[in-house]
Amino acid sequence: MAVEFSEKADAEFKELVSRYPNTLAAMLPVLHLAQREFGWISVEVMDYVAERLDVHPTKVLNAATFYTMYNKTPVGKCHVQVCTTLSCAIRGGYELIEHLEEKLGVKLGETRDDGAYTLSEAECLASCGTAPMFQVSYSDGEIEYFENLDDEARVNQVIEQLNTRLASLPDPRKMH
Amino acid sequence: MMQEKYLSRNFDIPNAHTLEVFEANGGYQAMRKAFKMDGETIIEEVKTSNLRGRGGAGFPCGIKWSFLPKESDLPKYLVINADEGEPGTFKDRYLMELDPHRHIEGCIIAAWALGIRYGYIFVRGELQHAIRRLEGAIKEAYAKGYLGENILGTGFDFDLYVHPGAGAYICGEETGLIEALEGKSGQPRMKPPFPAVVGAFQAPTIVNNVETISSIPWIIEKGGEWFASMGVEKNGGPKLYGVSGPVVRPGVYEAPSGVTVRELLEDYAGGMLPGHELKAFIPGGSSCAVMTPDKLDSEMGFETMREAGSSMGTACITFMDTDTCMVRLAARLAHFYHHESCGQCTPCREGSGWVAKVLDEIEAGRGRMEDLDLLLDMCGNIEGNTICALGDSIAIPVRSYVQVFREEFEQHIKEGCCSFPAWSKRRKGSSEAA
Repeated sequence: MAVEFSEKADAEFKELVSRYPNTLAAMLPVLHLAQREFGWISVEVMDYVAERLDVHPTKVLNAATFYTMYNKTPVGKCHVQVCTTLSCAIRGGYELIEHLEEKLGVKLGETRDDGAYTLSEAECLASCGTAPMFQVSYSDGEIEYFENLDDEARVNQVIEQLNTRLASLPDPRKMH
Repeated sequence: MMQEKYLSRNFDIPNAHTLEVFEANGGYQAMRKAFKMDGETIIEEVKTSNLRGRGGAGFPCGIKWSFLPKESDLPKYLVINADEGEPGTFKDRYLMELDPHRHIEGCIIAAWALGIRYGYIFVRGELQHAIRRLEGAIKEAYAKGYLGENILGTGFDFDLYVHPGAGAYICGEETGLIEALEGKSGQPRMKPPFPAVVGAFQAPTIVNNVETISSIPWIIEKGGEWFASMGVEKNGGPKLYGVSGPVVRPGVYEAPSGVTVRELLEDYAGGMLPGHELKAFIPGGSSCAVMTPDKLDSEMGFETMREAGSSMGTACITFMDTDTCMVRLAARLAHFYHHESCGQCTPCREGSGWVAKVLDEIEAGRGRMEDLDLLLDMCGNIEGNTICALGDSIAIPVRSYVQVFREEFEQHIKEGCCSFPAWSKRRKGSSEAA
């Protein structure tokens, strides 16, 4: 099945392009849009974005591979990214990872077999005053910060919340 | 020593992010006042204010503005650097999430003063909440006629958009940011030409930090002299400070320029958590040299911090306790810089990786005494030899950890192990304290 924006996404695409003096400049927001629509940025998606922006496919490849927010392989429905850079390392970020590995049943850097969770380490997410914390990127394009996670009961509560949300999230592996 | 709040005045007002509440609290009056002033007068007022760039470099804002050519065949651009990603830094997020209209008002005033046609607020992509708040506020401002064509009948046109980043620390560097705005990988450009002459889309461009622009409405409302009086020499204004680490009340605090590190730790953040003893601190993000408790009385200012042996950077201080292993922390930061190096300059791309490897070896107990000089030598080979400051941002902190905590490094090598508790086995802070 060839990838193609839905009608709603297509309208958003046109609005995004209208913000810039040339189409290339819309690259970053359009790749965010494409990831939300198609789950992840495959070569097929890159070719489609290149065609829509009327730029050479290597320009899309360049941006898609430079920036970490674009997934070049599918991740889980909930991509849990734990900050461990500075204040988070000092305030329990690594302990949080150990706890999540156990509770989510997934090792750091891996995706659970059922496609529900991917667990990763992230660099500073500008949340140092509320360390430790993690960010969840959902497969519907939403991003949520969970902060002040130095209390295990609170972490478990968040995990419950994520487990509940899983049912309404698309599986990125099946989005295109 | 709490003072009246300006930048953070709206943080505690419910729904201050909406236009209605913002205006009910005096918002958009500075914009109206600015429309009665000419650009030159506003630039002079900003010069008088001694407002220094709040992103970390501290360049005087008014001087930067005066570099922008008055006449230009291409439309001029304002680009806001909201790519907050310097480890330890979390202040601009608050301004965008809690007081987005003040920031937009600052953008409009800057554009009016400088004859700028288009503005982009470049927000790091992870800060989706800040992006939504800004986009919502921009929509409201358009509906009210504060953005778009012929703003409030002045004949002045200004369009403002949010541009999302996509996860790259290097885009905090202003020319990397411009490359990313243009849809390319964020690899910094050689300077000169500076963005004021050749910036976004080859046109004259001003790049300012979020807090810098959010300060502008206050300068217009209360005057440049007032703003200057809220600080120390050459360093004007009220300012936001971040405090993080094992302290009682981590967070963002507003204080005059010139507040001391001790005041921020003890009076604002409530001191170290019970059972945690202060070992070291970084004054303004991981790129600054590490400092020890004997420097606690240093004033937060660009000059004063330099005299004290470090730099003010982003003014978000990270405190470390005696459980913190400085070798492991230096290694962790080296890995950060290696991960974030854009790769175009060899000293940074390769050097950061080698620095991280050597630090890992020392931390693992496999270091050699000569590794310490090797680290200093590598830092010397990186610093000053790259297109942008990311190279210096590896060299400066790593050198400082090795020099200031040399005994700790030597101990790792002599004993063949690290004697500090693992990251995940450190004493936990008690949030119930104090």
